[in-house]
Amino acid sequence: MATESLGFIFLNALVINNFVLALFLGICPFLGVSGKLDTAFSMGLATTFVMLISSVCAYFINMVLVEFDIEFLRLIAYIAVIASAVQLVEMSMKKFSPTLFRALGIFLPLITTNCAILGLALFQTFREYDFTQSIAYSFGAGGGFIIAIMLMAGLREKLELADVPAIAQGAAMTLMIGGMLSLIFMGFAGMGGA
Amino acid sequence: MNSKPRTKETPLSMDDFLKGVWEENPVFVMLLGMCPVLAVTNSTINALAMGVATTFVLVCSSILISLLRHSIPKQVRIATYIIIIATFVTIVDYVIQAISLDLYNALGAFIQLIVVNCIILSRAESYASKNRISKSVVSALGMGLGFTIALLCLGTVREILGAGTLLGFPLFGTNFEPWVVMILPPGGFFVLGSWLLIFALIKQRKTQHETQHKTLHKIKIEESSHGH
Repeated sequence: MATESLGFIFLNALVINNFVLALFLGICPFLGVSGKLDTAFSMGLATTFVMLISSVCAYFINMVLVEFDIEFLRLIAYIAVIASAVQLVEMSMKKFSPTLFRALGIFLPLITTNCAILGLALFQTFREYDFTQSIAYSFGAGGGFIIAIMLMAGLREKLELADVPAIAQGAAMTLMIGGMLSLIFMGFAGMGGA
Repeated sequence: MNSKPRTKETPLSMDDFLKGVWEENPVFVMLLGMCPVLAVTNSTINALAMGVATTFVLVCSSILISLLRHSIPKQVRIATYIIIIATFVTIVDYVIQAISLDLYNALGAFIQLIVVNCIILSRAESYASKNRISKSVVSALGMGLGFTIALLCLGTVREILGAGTLLGFPLFGTNFEPWVVMILPPGGFFVLGSWLLIFALIKQRKTQHETQHKTLHKIKIEESSHGH
């Protein structure tokens, strides 16, 4: 059982070990959906939401797996249950809250099989977080993702007005900015944490 | 044999293999599967191991999906693919753990995260589910090799600059001050960005050369028609 406090777990996932900029999880949406600020924010919210679902799912699946001593099925069980849970939530959201669905709906199927989601589930299992710690961890990771993707989107919106040489346009430029953001976030490593 | 009408299938050619290596390189051209590319390339050996592991999963899942392509129902195909891929990843995970615990610890969760690598799922969906086994295998091998080469491109540069070594052997002697940042996360972004810049430059040169060639050709034709 991990003994870290809830606040530390949250802060650790939020900035010190930021999922995107320090652990390289969820790079695809970070590069792909960071063109506009409002889309980036919706994407971040949807990811946080799915992280929360998958964190809760993973906690209970792991309990079952440990109970029956079949941990070698962990990966298959996680991915199958998380994918179907997200599908279920998407369907109920479509029925009960069309406004929310319009804001987040298109992103949900995209992020079901995202490394950040599965990574979160695996990490919380490795570190043996209990239920509340898992929830804190998923909020921290989701918040960290929102911070990273919104910083990137803001910078890219500004960049549209800049005079970038033709060969550097697109992915190369985005990666360089990502590198600088990552350099900045290294500063948080001084706060400790594993 | 299956009773379904055969769609016209082109014969197996070298192009299927080479496409994945160069023309449609998953990392440098299609920008797929970026997470492991950035995360595990802090040394050459990690990059190589990750490339081999991904290629294995890619080839095995392509074989199985191509074999089962007529019996998988359309509606649940993605779920089926993911389960098949996850099975092979679990195998790889345990094999690496058995071979070298150091390597297993260095790669961390990224072995298990091969499951969500978009390259594998996109190959399954767009190629293996539509083509016969031999073609799927050749294409998967090409893609895997292209991915491994890309990982090695990053891994070697980052290890040489960041630690002054190649595969663990020191290169520069004791006076070399390693660029530690290259091994840390920002280095991954910078090196991949630089590679993309280099490839963009090559492409630009090539298209410039071609357009020049074309205009020269046009002028020549015009001149010759004027002469007559």
